[in-house]
Amino acid sequence: MPATTAGDRPATTASPAGAPTGLAAERVAWGVDGRLVLDGVDVTAPPGAVTGLLGPNGAGKSTLLRIVAGVQRPDGGRVLLAGGDDDGADLLAMPRRRRARTLALVEQDAGTDLPVTVLDAVLLGRTPHRSWLAGDSADDREVARGALARAGAAHLADREVTTLSGGERQRVHLARALAQQPRVLLLDEPTNHLDVAAQLATLRLVRSLADDGVTVLAALHDLTLAAGTCDHVVLLAPGRDGAGGRVVAAGPVEDVLVPAVIDPVYGVRTTVLRHPRTGRPVLAFD
Amino acid sequence: MTSAPTGTSADASTGTAAAPRATSGARRTGPWAAVGAVALLASVVLAVAVGPADLAPGDVWRSVATHLGLGDALGLAPLDRLPDAMVWQLRLPRVLTAAAVGAGLAVCGVVMQSLTRNPLADPYLLGLSSGASLGAAAVLVLGATVLLPVAAFVGATAALVATLGLAAASGRGRGIAPARTVLAGLAVGQLAAAATSFVIFWSAKGDQYREILSWLMGSVAGATWTSVAVAGGAVLVLGTALACTGSLLDAFTFGDTAAATLGVPVARVRWVLLVGVALLTGALVAQSGSIGFVGLILPHAVRLLVGARHRALLPLSALAGGTFLVWADTLARTVFEPRELPVGIVTAAIGAPVFAALLWRGRARA
Repeated sequence: MPATTAGDRPATTASPAGAPTGLAAERVAWGVDGRLVLDGVDVTAPPGAVTGLLGPNGAGKSTLLRIVAGVQRPDGGRVLLAGGDDDGADLLAMPRRRRARTLALVEQDAGTDLPVTVLDAVLLGRTPHRSWLAGDSADDREVARGALARAGAAHLADREVTTLSGGERQRVHLARALAQQPRVLLLDEPTNHLDVAAQLATLRLVRSLADDGVTVLAALHDLTLAAGTCDHVVLLAPGRDGAGGRVVAAGPVEDVLVPAVIDPVYGVRTTVLRHPRTGRPVLAFD
Repeated sequence: MTSAPTGTSADASTGTAAAPRATSGARRTGPWAAVGAVALLASVVLAVAVGPADLAPGDVWRSVATHLGLGDALGLAPLDRLPDAMVWQLRLPRVLTAAAVGAGLAVCGVVMQSLTRNPLADPYLLGLSSGASLGAAAVLVLGATVLLPVAAFVGATAALVATLGLAAASGRGRGIAPARTVLAGLAVGQLAAAATSFVIFWSAKGDQYREILSWLMGSVAGATWTSVAVAGGAVLVLGTALACTGSLLDAFTFGDTAAATLGVPVARVRWVLLVGVALLTGALVAQSGSIGFVGLILPHAVRLLVGARHRALLPLSALAGGTFLVWADTLARTVFEPRELPVGIVTAAIGAPVFAALLWRGRARA
């Protein structure tokens, strides 16, 4: 994705209405087969910012996103909107369709074998905005095209999703989420399986969405990418000895991504360097 | 599916400006729907005219108009008694039953393929056909032929309940996964097939073999106006209801999680639609026996024409399925005249190579 995306942005029909809305997950608990995966986890995503959800494998990052998205019922805790018009609204108690107009999730590796075109895939994002019996309106198509353009994928509109590369597919999924016109965007490992250029392009897009007022909560694997992109990070540690996964640290990148915090969680030795051009932290491990 | 993340920055530079207007499936639906409706109607008329005693399509119209009480209004003279009976008592019920069964099976196929996200799914995948066959074989052996439709229906429904129960139980309360549902359907289907074989082996005598075999291979030869009422009524009520679920099914394109985040009550929709498919399939196989490949092939073929969006796919598959089975049945009764083939043999003989071709095409594309 070219750095010019922000410049040739369409009259952005795919951006949310109203003031930015943050997110607060409180004391979220979830277990499977008697094993506690999340144990009273608190996560806040400030409005209009990129919040990175970090942690080793098995820390429950994806699970937490699925719970926040309302796909999975937690055993305990709640998820609230914070700030904006619906301050304090309980996301999990919200009617599904209204929740789908408020919040969108881009999963890891959501694929299909069906011969569906990119534009049709993005139009799926309009589902919660119209009656089950209605077809695509001209308005829906306009929003979908706006979302595609915003994601830098307008040229892919006629392609079949199955023929796309990983980076292209990721942009289509982002466009589909944008077509929902969400105020909160959840991303599960959005850079997974992408080459370096596609990783940077995806995160630049995420960054610019947040600058437009979309609240982003993204599970990320790569700590350096997170350090370069996120405003805030939340570090989850997997549960041990019967205890569930919990939040080890949360806050601005500079406070959390430091050796004293990272080393015990990942079991590595971390050195924090500075990117010579951006000045953001670059993490090296041994 | 290619997973190589190549050339992302290169193709992005070709830019957002030169986006061609997409011709997505939705906008090509209208003409295809008209073509499909005309084709089905013409097929019914022509298929009734085809047969040993040659009738003209005009004769078919005359007979139908007379029976509908429109003969005088349209100034059409009634047909002679013999050809009229042939049209109205024999061929028309048979052709209409074939059309209804074909349309219903195609709709069931689309819904099943979408809900299980398995392109191989068809109404028989979940053991429905085997369950219906077991019920049918049991009553045929007992000599209670009048109960056949009921038994087939009960068998199909019982098989579906067993399949979904097994799939849900093996999912340990985390919902029904496509792969597990298919495997559970296989298990139930094999069990029912074994039980059917046992019933036939143990107790079938004389002509019962022939009767059971003909049912297992599928046929609309014995169709009456009652068959038309049951199959047609089921298609009109259940088929129409299922055909209206297009945007719900679309939401499943990228899986259950994606559907849930689009505001779809995933579990409820899946159960309601699967039960709808089971009821419709049960009503259809009770009239026709188990006819394979219609629910499998037709949705694939229609997808090639109009894309994967279900609002177009569902009604067009219904029209195509009806047309297909009308002609398959016409072939079944005319190819080896005066002997008749079970129509299931014809659909399999056409369907299997077409399916192989679709696989080949899919391979070339992926």
